[in-house]
Amino acid sequence: MSAPAAASNGAADARDPSGFLSEIIGAPVTVKLNSGVVYKGELQSVDGYMNIALEQTKEYVDGKMRRNYGDAFVRGNNG
Amino acid sequence: MAEAEEAGGANPVNEPLDLVRLSLNEVVFVKLRGDRELKGRLHAYDSHCNLVLGEVEETVYVVDEEEDNDEDNVRTVKKQSEMLFVRGDSVVLISPQQ
Repeated sequence: MSAPAAASNGAADARDPSGFLSEIIGAPVTVKLNSGVVYKGELQSVDGYMNIALEQTKEYVDGKMRRNYGDAFVRGNNG
Repeated sequence: MAEAEEAGGANPVNEPLDLVRLSLNEVVFVKLRGDRELKGRLHAYDSHCNLVLGEVEETVYVVDEEEDNDEDNVRTVKKQSEMLFVRGDSVVLISPQQ
């Protein structure tokens, strides 16, 4: 489990991966899981486990749109 | 961390699990590992995504391998449960039902 190395390295510092993720909050993103399923939506929030919340989410399986979610929580361990 | 509060503003979703918190006592759609889906009322959850759902409909996607042709038929099996505990590690996605 990773923890911020120093308090000075703020969450908005884009030079580490979680800093990058917090800088792109609000942007339209594509999220691909280990299973190959793709989610496209607006990134609402991210936490330390890389759980994410997406808005206006579209789910793609094998490149085909399967489902629409108004909001979606994706558990971080799914890659 | 005052900045975290400011960044949130009027948006009640400051961290992803807030989305789940806002769905308490509402009907949610849950996608699980192993081609399973649940629809039910969210009674409780924790940070592992362990869930307690009530009035649940479970949908299982079963692939029937056909021997005479190469096509695999996907069959859906539905199960109803009055109450269900879901271990968090099998959760992929949680979405409030519109």
